[in-house]
Amino acid sequence: MTVGETFLKALEGLTVGFQMMTPQNVVILIVGIVLIYLAIKKGFEPLLLIPIGFGAILANIPAAHMMDKDVSVVCVETGKLETLDVKVGQVVGVDQTLCRVNVGGVVKDVKASEAGKVIKIISAKPGDQVNVGAEVVLVEKDYRKWGLLRVFHETGISTEVFPCLIFVGIGAMTDFGPLLARPVLLLFGAAGQFGIFLTLLLALSMGFSKLHSVAIGVIGACDGPTAIFVTSRYAPELLAAVSIAAYSYMSMVPILQPPVMRLLTSKKERAIKMTSTGTAVPQAVKIVFPIVVTLVTCLIAPIGAPLMGMLMLGNFLRESGVVGRLVAASQNEIANVVTLLLGLSIGATMDGNVFLTTTTLIIFGLGLIAILLDTAAGVMFGKLMMVLTRGKVNPLIGAAGISAFPMSARVVQAEGQRENPQNFLLMHAMGANTGGQIGSVMAAAVMLSALKTMGVA
Amino acid sequence: MDEKYVFGLTLTVVGMGTTFISIGLLILLTEILKKVLAAKPAKKE
Repeated sequence: MTVGETFLKALEGLTVGFQMMTPQNVVILIVGIVLIYLAIKKGFEPLLLIPIGFGAILANIPAAHMMDKDVSVVCVETGKLETLDVKVGQVVGVDQTLCRVNVGGVVKDVKASEAGKVIKIISAKPGDQVNVGAEVVLVEKDYRKWGLLRVFHETGISTEVFPCLIFVGIGAMTDFGPLLARPVLLLFGAAGQFGIFLTLLLALSMGFSKLHSVAIGVIGACDGPTAIFVTSRYAPELLAAVSIAAYSYMSMVPILQPPVMRLLTSKKERAIKMTSTGTAVPQAVKIVFPIVVTLVTCLIAPIGAPLMGMLMLGNFLRESGVVGRLVAASQNEIANVVTLLLGLSIGATMDGNVFLTTTTLIIFGLGLIAILLDTAAGVMFGKLMMVLTRGKVNPLIGAAGISAFPMSARVVQAEGQRENPQNFLLMHAMGANTGGQIGSVMAAAVMLSALKTMGVA
Repeated sequence: MDEKYVFGLTLTVVGMGTTFISIGLLILLTEILKKVLAAKPAKKE
């Protein structure tokens, strides 16, 4: 080989990324940049959208293999498949013969390029014609050879560890004081979950499978970690679409909720002042509350224990008052590190070649409907409470019964003050909003438990 | 009725019903806790 040829060969390797780039990859690269732009310029959930956007960019750089887990062995020449020498589940080494192909009377070996476990025989049976480039066998590589983002994804998302750790942080950051002052506000947290089930029914009517419909409905929980937990368990192929829809719409709560709130209430109703802020809450109640919630909810819906248990653990650390270092770590180090890895892992699932489908667009549409239905159901429940209490409850409070904390409570406060500048609904809305956090996890946990007993999952 | 809709409606009724019952139970227990654990006034010497 001449110096020139060697030089050209070396340069060839540097153009592989460009050669393998597909239009779908380009679209997702642009989407990743748009997500980052929205996070920086518009302030849309920057803690999540920046890692998600960057993860999407990294995962769509061809030949970078950031999400690699398995490798398909392809035929290098056209011929007739002579023998298949491996079975699914068999562990193979580098250069081990996987099959033999008869090329014009000469039998040639097709060998494994990576060590690992055979997880799929792609090609047809012996005797079939196989063309050059045809995939024959899929080999799952040894985990030490996985792409970096794949390692994050498998260890944190597939195992459901990341959403649970995020909940420790959320629990440590949440003050249930306003809710405990008026425990009846918890009812709004239950009413705000109607959107989950209405969207589930809508997804079923549109032809989605049962488990896919459940995952899509959970966007209505307005709760990113819960959506990830449920989807990674029952519909991992929808994880990117569901989690991005959940987080995007959560960040858009200040835009999405007000029109629904105004549509369903009159000016007079929105101007209702809520005076009573409830009774004083002894510290002992704040300490015991997370234990009671854990016991009650986990006994009713045990499958939701990882979520509710971690949420209440974080809150118990906070209220116990004796583990300041653990509270600080949960609120900062744990929440920050996991948020970064969680965002990267979700973004990494946005492989343009599988993400860009009409299904993704439909999921985004249904997710939007879910949030709007949550708000509508919450406000209607607020109106019911208004009637039952003879006008002592402002129906806007119902809109805060979702898990998007504290955005939703702030929206209620702003809308109330628009009609009556003397109106201070924030503490009531905060109570309903923290109730929404409990309600969303509870609804998801009940759904998971019911799915199990119904034999669907 | 289509089996899918039976599934969806069952999940909706069971899901929302159980969520409301659990929340109701939590409200009740919280009110009891507030009464039982209410801060007692300091005794006068």
